[in-house]
Amino acid sequence: METVIEMKGITKQFPGILANDSIDLEVTKGSIHALLGENGAGKSTLMSILFGLIQPDSGNIKINGQEVKITDPNVATRLGIGMVHQHFKLVHNFTVTQNIILGAEPCKQFGIVDLKQGTKKIRELCKSFHLEVDPEALIEDISVGQQQRTEILKMLYREAEILVFDEPTAVLTPQEVEDLMKILRSLAASGKTVVLITHKLKEIKAVADVVTILRRGKVEGTYKVSEINEKEMAAKMVGRQVQFAAHKKAQKAGDTILQVENLTVLDGRGIERVKGISFDLHKGEILGIAGIDGNGQDELVYAITGLLPVKSGRILLNGEDITELPVKNRFEAGLGHVPSDRHRHGLILDFLLKENFIIHAYNSDFAKHGLLDEATINQKADQLIEEFDVRASLGRQTITRNMSGGNQQKAIVAREIDRSPELLIIVQPTRGLDVGAIEYIHSRILEQRENQKAILLVSFELDEILALCDRILVMANGEISGEKKASQTDEKQLGLLMLGHKSGETYDQP
Amino acid sequence: MISLKEKRWIPFLAVILGLVAGTLIVILSGRSPLIMFATFIKAGTGIDLLKGGTFNPRLVGEFLVTTMPILMGGLSISFAYRTGLFNIGAEGQIIAGGVAAIGAGFFIPIDNQFIHSTICVLAGCLAGALWGLIPGLLKARFNVHEVVVGIMLNYTAMYSANWLYKQMPLNQMTRTENVPVSATLNVDFLRQLTNNSRLHLGFIHVIIALFLFWLIIEKTSFGYQLRATGFNKEGARFAGIKVKRNLVYSLMIAGAFAGLGGALLTLGTYGYGRVITAFDNVGFDGISVALVGGCTMLGNLFAGLLFGLMKVAQPALQIASIPKEIGDIISSLIVLLVALQYAIVLYRNKIRDWFKKARGQK
Repeated sequence: METVIEMKGITKQFPGILANDSIDLEVTKGSIHALLGENGAGKSTLMSILFGLIQPDSGNIKINGQEVKITDPNVATRLGIGMVHQHFKLVHNFTVTQNIILGAEPCKQFGIVDLKQGTKKIRELCKSFHLEVDPEALIEDISVGQQQRTEILKMLYREAEILVFDEPTAVLTPQEVEDLMKILRSLAASGKTVVLITHKLKEIKAVADVVTILRRGKVEGTYKVSEINEKEMAAKMVGRQVQFAAHKKAQKAGDTILQVENLTVLDGRGIERVKGISFDLHKGEILGIAGIDGNGQDELVYAITGLLPVKSGRILLNGEDITELPVKNRFEAGLGHVPSDRHRHGLILDFLLKENFIIHAYNSDFAKHGLLDEATINQKADQLIEEFDVRASLGRQTITRNMSGGNQQKAIVAREIDRSPELLIIVQPTRGLDVGAIEYIHSRILEQRENQKAILLVSFELDEILALCDRILVMANGEISGEKKASQTDEKQLGLLMLGHKSGETYDQP
Repeated sequence: MISLKEKRWIPFLAVILGLVAGTLIVILSGRSPLIMFATFIKAGTGIDLLKGGTFNPRLVGEFLVTTMPILMGGLSISFAYRTGLFNIGAEGQIIAGGVAAIGAGFFIPIDNQFIHSTICVLAGCLAGALWGLIPGLLKARFNVHEVVVGIMLNYTAMYSANWLYKQMPLNQMTRTENVPVSATLNVDFLRQLTNNSRLHLGFIHVIIALFLFWLIIEKTSFGYQLRATGFNKEGARFAGIKVKRNLVYSLMIAGAFAGLGGALLTLGTYGYGRVITAFDNVGFDGISVALVGGCTMLGNLFAGLLFGLMKVAQPALQIASIPKEIGDIISSLIVLLVALQYAIVLYRNKIRDWFKKARGQK
């Protein structure tokens, strides 16, 4: 077997952190090589070095046995290295073909772009790699999975031999994930080399040949996937044993806390995003909202928290109508909210950590005569940092922006849970977090359930929904396409409901 | 990203680089930079090194008189900026404050100087606040950008003030009569102390304003909301903070600071209202002060003194046959360098890397 990528002694120092500490990586031609590690383990840095976005402090790279210096992404492209970023880089009102040929347009005389020839070549590529996508469709009209295929085609069109995927499944539905796995296999079968950056163990097990595990900037080891199980991988990646299945005690749901009746919500542009939804949520219950991103979940949450006005319908919290209340009054009435976008919505990143802890009670619990009460603030901050294991270099005085994503999320969860709200709305609590942090946040959510709080959990991760929830509502196109008990359903059925197949009727139980 | 520590040293570096550049320009124009520095020292401390260290307190007085309104402009811009707003309308708020203060001086008959001047100053603050309320309301209600409204209101303020002044007792077509002494901030004691400078009681108001700025922004729960809004409007909204209401309050308070600056200018510096055909640029200088001072209380104080010095030293520079524009050049360079802080850090890092490599090769 021929070695296609050989990285030796790659070291990269960032201020305050050694992102890559003499990393060695060898990737065999035609293999699927997974790169596994927690957030901040150095996976992205390493691949950014390979793609020429970052220059290493020391170490060298050989591609196909030739020593190379990859000074920028253009060099990487010339060497046959392509990358699919986690966030796609597509022009939305261009067609698939236009996006693919952008920057490498086939030209007729006088520099006129030959779209036809481009389309023809793309159709051929689609066929030979079994990629289903219409070259003439506009990007804004196609699904996320198809957009991803467009990104893959972009690399193939440029004749890339090494394809790097950065967390490719984060945005996909379960069905799309399966399709992607097939695509990856067919790419490898045709002799292309695939590098897969991920922290999802299941996917590695499903598709990869070899896995290199990184921890704190160092290589923990390289293993054949067939010779290592998920538990061992997780332990090597985190550095300790990891509890997988969240331990959920059986308990009965209590009184109704939240009632949503015939709720219709328009988004900022006046488009109806929530279409007459009704449901109840009880004490000691976790209700999951599953669905593909953008099917009205955000608007539903914003309507309940008071961030978007309601067009029609009612929201009752503890029997009290809160449909018209301002955001702050809802928080005071017993609502807690962990928003999906922790940087833009959950935190004031430029605030000190302690300042972020008091954002709901700056003028009540933490102020005397209008002046901030520093002593109480410091005390509360230290208490939360201790209790929720929030790690920050300067403790309560750390600027929140300088903290890691996992610790930022812990800070939000700490703040909201500490207020002990009767209804806690949690959206995407573990997006982008590593196994250790996910385990911790899940345990705190379940603890709230045991304390008889009501929890509304919105997540695109079906694993998470299935592990935590008692009941699951699936949202598709602004409506509830199905309601299932978590114990009586599975990913496949939920996946079909997410696509709008009412009650998953096309699904045959095996 | 630039760390907090770097944010603090960049203004100092900018001041040093600005002075170095000023020195080079003076040398290139064939004059002595030593005289330039001696003039700056003279304008700031009253001590004339070229004349054997003689001390003239009048210069100190004039230095403070020039500095006070600029400093208030800086506080106004800073306060709004901490809430995420660009109060370019400070210039107009200063004019509005000035005319209201003079109006109160003429039309409210009180003999006691403490009471009368305080009322006049408060009238100035109120007028500034109302002039800030307009862009605030338009921003909150209709999402009209405060910069557009602010610029237009600057002109509205100037022409309205000119008309209003002409309705008051006029001395010439370009100025009103002197306001009654009870309305002014001038006291003989300060005049005698500073060898007949125009130094007035306004420095007390400035100290109070500096304290209030610090108290409101850094210490109150109201200031906490404003800072949260300024850093991340959406984040503040998600936490239940009433963002729109805060935008209005913020521009009103910023306007009050600017209005105070205007009152100090008319009641203290001049003692009468002036019909002007072009802006004094006090508010615009405030933008520089706020930028260099990093929108903090102490930063504003230092930056205000610096820009006041660069302004007040200009006549003295000219007398010393150094082009007075050198003051403006240095001020502008400092602002430019602070604005280019990312570039400064970038080049510093490059130079550092280069040294590292050079050392490594040896």
